[in-house]
Amino acid sequence: MSLADALDVASLVFLALGALLSLAAGVGLARFPDPLSRMHAATKPQIAGLLFVLIAVGLQSEQWGTVAMLFPILLFQMLTAPVSAHMVGRAAYRTKHLRRDLLVIDELSDAVDRAQRERASGEKRT
Amino acid sequence: MTILQASFIAVGVVFFVAAALAVFRIVRGPSILDRMIATDMLVATLICTFAAEMVYSGHTRSLTIMLILAMVAFIATVAVTRYVSKQDPS
Repeated sequence: MSLADALDVASLVFLALGALLSLAAGVGLARFPDPLSRMHAATKPQIAGLLFVLIAVGLQSEQWGTVAMLFPILLFQMLTAPVSAHMVGRAAYRTKHLRRDLLVIDELSDAVDRAQRERASGEKRT
Repeated sequence: MTILQASFIAVGVVFFVAAALAVFRIVRGPSILDRMIATDMLVATLICTFAAEMVYSGHTRSLTIMLILAMVAFIATVAVTRYVSKQDPS
């Protein structure tokens, strides 16, 4: 078994890991009951799955330029995925698209109540 | 067909099933937020599939597509959720 064959097998293993993470996200999307838990499942291929398939591409590449191109892909995905996840979670909480009976703890409701009290008292003073 | 080729086909089938489940959630999704979550995941799966295809064919032409998708995929989600949360005071 030469080095190229070993690299082929290694990148195939990493590809399979990424594919399985995508499949887990798909199953979670189809089966989970509310947007917040679906969000938890859908973030799997965005960072971890992408990391695995990029490692697979990097093992196959013969030039350093290709590997250098892989880092910005992961960097931009890591920068933008939390932004969209934050916005979706915020909108899901505010429009009450979540199942309260599935929540163990809701720490955000305390902060929302406090902000509303502070705004009400501030309006009284002015 | 070698074992390596068969494994690549298996990887492709797994990616296809993941994307099909995401499309199922986009069609079914009770709220628009479910649809945006599924769209995000579909784009992530698409990027991973581009990478898998590059490993299979041994070229590097899809790298720029992956980079552009990773950069701009979140804009649609942000735009939609911005208008969904109407109670936003700012």
